[in-house]
Amino acid sequence: MTELRIEGVARVFPSVGRGPPTRALEPIDLAVGDNDFVTILGPSGCGKSTLLRLVAGLDGPTAGRIVLDGRPIAAPGPDRGMVFQSYTLFPWLTIADNIAFGLREKGVPAATRARIVTEWLERVGLSGFAQHYPKQLSGGMQQRTAIARALANEPAILLLDEPFGALDNQTRALMQELLLGIWEREQKTVLFVTHDIEEAIFLASRVVVMTARPGRIKAEVAIDLPHPRHYTIKTSPEFSALKARLTEEIRAEAVLAEGSLP
Amino acid sequence: MKPLAPISNTARLVLGILFFVLFFAAWAFATLGGFVSSTFLADPITMVEEGWLLLTRHGFLADIGVTIWRVVGGFVLAALVAVPLGILMGAYKPIEAFFEPFVSFARYLPASAFIPLLILWAGIGEAQKLLVIFIGSVFQIVLMVAMTVSGVRRDLVEAALTLGARDRGILGRVLIPASAPSIAESLRLVLGWAWTYVIVAELIGSSSGIGHMIIDSQALLATGQMIFGIIVIGVIGLISDLLFKLANRRLFPWSLA
Repeated sequence: MTELRIEGVARVFPSVGRGPPTRALEPIDLAVGDNDFVTILGPSGCGKSTLLRLVAGLDGPTAGRIVLDGRPIAAPGPDRGMVFQSYTLFPWLTIADNIAFGLREKGVPAATRARIVTEWLERVGLSGFAQHYPKQLSGGMQQRTAIARALANEPAILLLDEPFGALDNQTRALMQELLLGIWEREQKTVLFVTHDIEEAIFLASRVVVMTARPGRIKAEVAIDLPHPRHYTIKTSPEFSALKARLTEEIRAEAVLAEGSLP
Repeated sequence: MKPLAPISNTARLVLGILFFVLFFAAWAFATLGGFVSSTFLADPITMVEEGWLLLTRHGFLADIGVTIWRVVGGFVLAALVAVPLGILMGAYKPIEAFFEPFVSFARYLPASAFIPLLILWAGIGEAQKLLVIFIGSVFQIVLMVAMTVSGVRRDLVEAALTLGARDRGILGRVLIPASAPSIAESLRLVLGWAWTYVIVAELIGSSSGIGHMIIDSQALLATGQMIFGIIVIGVIGLISDLLFKLANRRLFPWSLA
């Protein structure tokens, strides 16, 4: 059982030069339950990535605390796997060794490691690429490897920070289906940050909308679309209704973030 | 010609060789044509002849061997000290804060200015030659390695942290492999500089080596030998550079692809 609780978490970045300090996150409360797939949707600069980095333990909150399964988070750890927007595969390791990175760090014996790596290569459709280096792979393949690398470690929760942000639209749609397929089969607790409304709805069981800076939670929308979800669901009336609603919520924030446009 | 427009490999090779041809032609024209006195500058043919004599009669190969051993010895010693220290400085900021000001200062101390002092301390034997090269290389390598290691992509370190890597894992499985190709490249550069230090050390107090041969030839006004010695140094430098590049390509295939 995984339970993540974010309790009154705020983050203020100290001022640069003479400017005022940046309030990236206002106090935020959020609970993510077992096998929940929560997407955090917000305009750029709303602090959604900051929130994810706080959960990962890569940054510390100015106030409040984050508790995973009863233990407060103080530092990064293998119980919170993360997939970044930038390509962060280790370029000197083959795809197989990249996936095995966390397992090696844990001291998993070589034979078990090899078995787990083979399984994950298969699940993300990269069986033929075990001995390739990251540079030889497309962006989508690299992010698939990054997902496999994080999940092979069996984290309690998977954190994804706009993982498909740098991919073209078609690849992005395929990646969403792949990730959703894995989630439907494996049942994982997932926190997924994005600024893409369709992506947020398609993947989530719950969408959390954040306001423009300073970031706060503006709305929480449950997504009751049935599983397994097929990509055709994106053209259904229910999907369109959700999209229309979230578009309104997000647009107001984007306008705030950009200042008044003519 | 257009800015930055690429050229074919053949054109590149032909142009590169063309310069050498023109260079030797101008040299031959100036010397064989009688425009420059042979006391000051030997002509290319004399240079080759004298060089051949050096190699066959005067045991110049032994001199070359001695010089290579000095460069490699001093350089390897410097690398053995500097690479680990540089890695630690790049990885751990307190260590960097402790060493960095001194190393930055020491980097500007000219190795050749230490030679008189080193002769006092270590005599004119091999130890002194190795020390000159050591002093000339070690601070440069430390700083270049430290800079490379602290410049490792932050997101790779963060990815390793979220995969459960601890201090030792970050150092050994991220920082070192990530900076290895650049460290090798820095070593290649510094090895080139080490060649200039060894010759200076041999010019001042030595009874063997390429530099010693050059200073001996000066007394005999054998400009052909001197030029031959200089060219030999250039050729050896070029070969060591090529070997380094080949080794790097073998060791770090992932950094090219």
